[in-house]
Amino acid sequence: MDLKRQVAYMRRSLFDQGYLDEQFIQLEDLQDDVNPNFVEEIVTLFYRDSARLILNIEQAMEKSPLDFDKLDTYMHQFKGSSSSIGAKKVKSEATQFREFCKAGNAEGCLRTYQQLKKEYTTLRKKLETYFQLARQAGPAETASRPN
Amino acid sequence: MENGFASPRGDAFPAGLRVLVVDDDPTWLKILEKMLKKCSYEVTTCGLARDALDMLRERKDRFDIVINDVNMPDMDGFKLLEHVGLEMDLPVIMMSVDGETSRVMKGVQHGACDYLLKPVRMKELRNIWQHVFRKKIHEVREIENHDDVQLIRGGSEEFEDGQLLSGGDLTSPKKRKDTENKEHEDQEFNDPSAVKKARVVWSVDLHQKFVDAVDQIGFDKVGPKKILDLMKVPWLTRENVASHLQKYRLYLSRLQKQNQPKSSFCGTKQSDFTSKDPTGSFGIQNSIIMRQNSAGNSSFGYCGNKILVQDVGSEIYESDLKGVISFLPVTEPKKALAADASILQKSSNGSGIGPTHSFGSLGPDVKYNIQSPNCWNGEIPVMQFAQPKQEQDPYRVLEDSYAPLPPSGGPRDQIQANGLQPALSINPRTSVTENSKAITTEIEPLCTEYGSNHAGDISRKRQRIDSFSVGGDTDVANARAFGYMSTSNGSPPMKNHSFDQIYINNWDSPQPNIIPEGGSILISPHEDLEIHSLQGYGYTENVGFNNTEFLTFEHPVPITEPSNHLIDGLRFNYDYPCDSMEYPLIDRSLFIA
Repeated sequence: MDLKRQVAYMRRSLFDQGYLDEQFIQLEDLQDDVNPNFVEEIVTLFYRDSARLILNIEQAMEKSPLDFDKLDTYMHQFKGSSSSIGAKKVKSEATQFREFCKAGNAEGCLRTYQQLKKEYTTLRKKLETYFQLARQAGPAETASRPN
Repeated sequence: MENGFASPRGDAFPAGLRVLVVDDDPTWLKILEKMLKKCSYEVTTCGLARDALDMLRERKDRFDIVINDVNMPDMDGFKLLEHVGLEMDLPVIMMSVDGETSRVMKGVQHGACDYLLKPVRMKELRNIWQHVFRKKIHEVREIENHDDVQLIRGGSEEFEDGQLLSGGDLTSPKKRKDTENKEHEDQEFNDPSAVKKARVVWSVDLHQKFVDAVDQIGFDKVGPKKILDLMKVPWLTRENVASHLQKYRLYLSRLQKQNQPKSSFCGTKQSDFTSKDPTGSFGIQNSIIMRQNSAGNSSFGYCGNKILVQDVGSEIYESDLKGVISFLPVTEPKKALAADASILQKSSNGSGIGPTHSFGSLGPDVKYNIQSPNCWNGEIPVMQFAQPKQEQDPYRVLEDSYAPLPPSGGPRDQIQANGLQPALSINPRTSVTENSKAITTEIEPLCTEYGSNHAGDISRKRQRIDSFSVGGDTDVANARAFGYMSTSNGSPPMKNHSFDQIYINNWDSPQPNIIPEGGSILISPHEDLEIHSLQGYGYTENVGFNNTEFLTFEHPVPITEPSNHLIDGLRFNYDYPCDSMEYPLIDRSLFIA
């Protein structure tokens, strides 16, 4: 398959598999001549900034007993941030986590957090691959929507 | 609006709309910036609420609209929202990833003109200009309505522009309105942002002139033209005055409303509290104070703030204090509340308002710059707070003046007993000359004069005050009041930012609900004070706060020549007939936009 088609395919599957939502498309629409790598820049920024939030959450998760209010606050921030790039699965886990926080369910929080981290990392890898591929295929392709 | 909108940038409105985006999430900040730029707006981003406030305060007319996230690390987004609304009277849009109804409702209650859910869509951002536009129209209408009311009141003098209308000609209001409509529209609609820029800065002096004029005319008969004529400020237009008057009225009426339901505030004399429409009592300051000595007088000798007075009124006077106490910024060492400090600072204006009361912590020379020196005429320089009379909760007065004060229990503490300032009242003018320090010291002894009740109150009050700064809810309200001192002049030595914000011009907060639940202003500890609801003060003259602004958030308010102010303040109070004036001193002082 030629590179451009690969890129398009990969992009499509990210949506189909629920990794990304409409917000990602919004970012793509914002990409223009002034900011030709806008989407990638945003994703990079997200992962960089959210690392800080993840760290906060992890530190808080190590405490015993869990401070649910604090965790909820951190997760709220994280959720807001992840919504910025359209990280659908990550966002969903964050919501779930917050539910457990409100219920004071430590077990639930722990489980969900593991899941969240997994999704968070998976998405990063996929997007890194995607952007790399897109750059190789040629800038024009990445900016446009499929179909 | 028929005319096309033309922004100063030369583009057609809404292009060029100046937006300030505040969000602690850098990713969102960048995205929003890009989105807004795509809408052809002029974007400024900010990651901290404080920085945003600084930017806004630094130049009031720099932005047309603010978008901020609910969850900010350094300040609650709702607080920022209130501040912006009150101080700058700009439309604010809230954002959050959380779309819970309660949150949205809170946003609306705090004055947000819209609440966007993240992720935000382009089409939502494209439409934000409507909020700017709507505000403009609303303002224009307010002015017009106001004018109409004036007309009906009678007085062909109200008519201006050479219109010959016989007094009482009710058909003319309509004509006038149309004419004004046109005037306003031409002026306002052509360039919304330009209009903003052209706003008058209601400095302390200017406001004083305004209040003087109003007092002279008599609140009932006041009208923009008359005021304008008396003020003799060549560059001031009738519209400026009309708009200012409108806000003044709104502010007063809001105070009134606020005070009314709060029985706790007023303590006993609530009934006396004037429910009269505040508009009628422009000259409250003095009138109220004048009233002093009437035992059952609920009107506190507040300089202009009838509302405040409520309970205090009679009380204060009994000791012939003339209610002055209240504002003295008192040099009390007690630094309890930041608010205090701020209040004091504000009072440097010389308004007698020295809320001495609570502010015990006010720094020396902190004067309440209660901007409205006008209030001072009359004996009691306003904030009489200090007058704790036996039954009365002296603090109540303070609270009232400030706006919804916390329930009686609370306020007491807040108000520093020190506020009592018999000295002031007695010789407003002369005492005014004295330093605030002097005054404050005088006040203190007064406190002791009061019955044991007072003493108790006082001590309680002090405590409260301390707690106040901690952000107690009820106390906050007090703090609010106190914080509201307009600092007409430089910054007072004291640095109380806490209060600064409180009163910042927000006379007419666009949203009546700025007041937090319970009507008390929630002032979070220290810095948050500033934000708190100015409610009741609805007086926001949207003029940029320049150096003359009252409250400078966290900027030391220079208390320059406090004595002068005091004198002025006192002077003002005296001139007002008790009955007519119902506006709290705060009013006046606050109004320094």
